[in-house]
Amino acid sequence: MAETHPEPAAGLAVAVRRFNLWYGDFQALFDVDLDIEAGIVTALIGPSGCGKSTLLRSCNRIVERLGYVRTAGSIEVLGHDVQHPSASRIQVRRQVGMVFQRPNPLPISIRDNVLFSQQLHDRRRWSRSDQDAVVERSLREVLLWDRVKDRLHERAVGLSLEEQQKLCIARLLPTKPAVLLMDEPCSALDPAATAAVEELIWNLRGRYSILIVTHNMAQARRASDRCVFMLMGRVVEHADTEQMFVAPARQETADYIEGRFG
Amino acid sequence: MVPAPGSHQGLDRLDGAWWRDWAARVLVSLGGISAILFIVAIIVFIASQGLEFAWNRLSWAELLTGARWEPTANPPRYGAWPLLAGTAWITAVAMLVAVPLSFAAAIYIGEFATGSRREWLKVTIETLAAIPSVVWGVIGLQVLNPLIQQWFDTPVGLNVLNAGVILGLMAAPIMTTLAEDALKAVPDTYREAAEALGATRWQVIWRVVLPHARPGLSASVLLGIGRAFGETIAVLMASGHRLLPPTSVFDSAATITATIAAELGEAAVDSDHYQVLFVLGLVLFAITFSINLLADGLVRGRRRRA
Ligand SMILES: Nc1ncnc2c1ncn2[C@@H]1O[C@H](COP(=O)(O)OP(=O)(O)OP(=O)(O)O)[C@@H](O)[C@H]1O
Ligand SMILES: [Mg+2]
Repeated sequence: MAETHPEPAAGLAVAVRRFNLWYGDFQALFDVDLDIEAGIVTALIGPSGCGKSTLLRSCNRIVERLGYVRTAGSIEVLGHDVQHPSASRIQVRRQVGMVFQRPNPLPISIRDNVLFSQQLHDRRRWSRSDQDAVVERSLREVLLWDRVKDRLHERAVGLSLEEQQKLCIARLLPTKPAVLLMDEPCSALDPAATAAVEELIWNLRGRYSILIVTHNMAQARRASDRCVFMLMGRVVEHADTEQMFVAPARQETADYIEGRFG
Repeated sequence: MVPAPGSHQGLDRLDGAWWRDWAARVLVSLGGISAILFIVAIIVFIASQGLEFAWNRLSWAELLTGARWEPTANPPRYGAWPLLAGTAWITAVAMLVAVPLSFAAAIYIGEFATGSRREWLKVTIETLAAIPSVVWGVIGLQVLNPLIQQWFDTPVGLNVLNAGVILGLMAAPIMTTLAEDALKAVPDTYREAAEALGATRWQVIWRVVLPHARPGLSASVLLGIGRAFGETIAVLMASGHRLLPPTSVFDSAATITATIAAELGEAAVDSDHYQVLFVLGLVLFAITFSINLLADGLVRGRRRRA
């Protein structure tokens, strides 16, 4: 595992600095400082309501869809402050893909789902064969190609949940994002599908920096290199996953991991 | 102790709740059925007033294509083509006005406005929908009429353009409300997904929301058309009521409804003239009924697919 830990200076995927966030008057994040290394899987754990989704959704600024959100502090993705007023939300979202809790393919064909992000930005007309190549490459990368190659023009909402979730990952890939954010990507899936998607995430490791929220301790332990424990809007502990599960540094972490509070 | 099979009590007893449920069901069904009964009764009434003439003496070919509507001439001519054409022209202009207006308003209200501004706008639009049509007629007569004369240098400002604009403004509020409902029915997860993929607000609307809402939007247009078809008094006041097929938007024109309203009072009961006006009513009814059916089918079709 040592070689998968890049030098910190060389490879920070996300750097959060004194980040605070308010929903109206309610403060959800308090002075969060966090360095997410590039190229590995980092799990974000903590009890319900501790701010995991909020932090994740701040990284691609999708949290701003709510008009009443205010922030202070900075979040850097690959050295660029995404929270800076002059940063383009659109550019940020091309670099930082997001997978949601419930698979949410758009109500268009499988193929159009994969091509959606690319066609938003590239004014130039893509030739049919270029498009085919992008679709095939993206679907192969999520191990879905063989299952859907004969029905690319069918509506994506007809797929099984597992296939939908894989498609939702595949459609992020054409814009070559650096970071993938996943908010409980397996919580709507059954155990077999969960295992399949976990395997896929593990496969993507290295090419992308992955930040994944999970409530499933076994999943965090199995499928992450580093682990972040949050509590009440603050980061409590950030350590190697093995380390955190075997010998957590903080009492709250130990209590949570052992299920002493929800 | 386990009860023996068959010893459960009360499974077949009809208690108070059952009777209340039964009564509610009967009342509600009666309400629903009475609506259908009314419609049938209206059709039967209209048909009974016009059917004898339609059956025995009316030439349908002349009614639908004849260019001369001269019911009081000798011999009378019942060619309703000028009225059909006038209705079509005015409705078309009305939709050219109402569709952009109502879609823009619906997109603004549904996708951009928030909080109190949004509520305030919705109330305003519902108020607009409640303006009586005679008021719109007066606006056509007193406001649009001189404006059109001035801007386009025409001798009369009561014409297809005037009536179309008035009808468009009249139909826009209800179309806005329906279009906004169609936009609201698009799940927010679609917008979120598209935004997370880097779509701008406008791209989300154009590529995700509008395509998904298309059946509902089409239905709103069809219902707007139905509204424009059926409107009478405002159009009678604003159109100039000229019984010739219009050839431009600056021609005065007459519609089916306006003609019925204008002539029914003068026609002797059960005369041919009286009866042919009811036949026109039936034609109008058939058109609006088909439009509503189509709109309904569009909305239903979408629901089945979703
Ligand atoms: N849209 C919102 N408006 C107001 N408060 C919110 C909103 N979304 C979340 N919150 C609050 O912010 C806090 C953090 O919520 P968040 O969804 O980030 O928690 P979470 O750790 O993801 O929880 P879960 O494990 O249940 O998904 C919670 O107290 C929540 O009530
Ligand atoms: Mg969450």
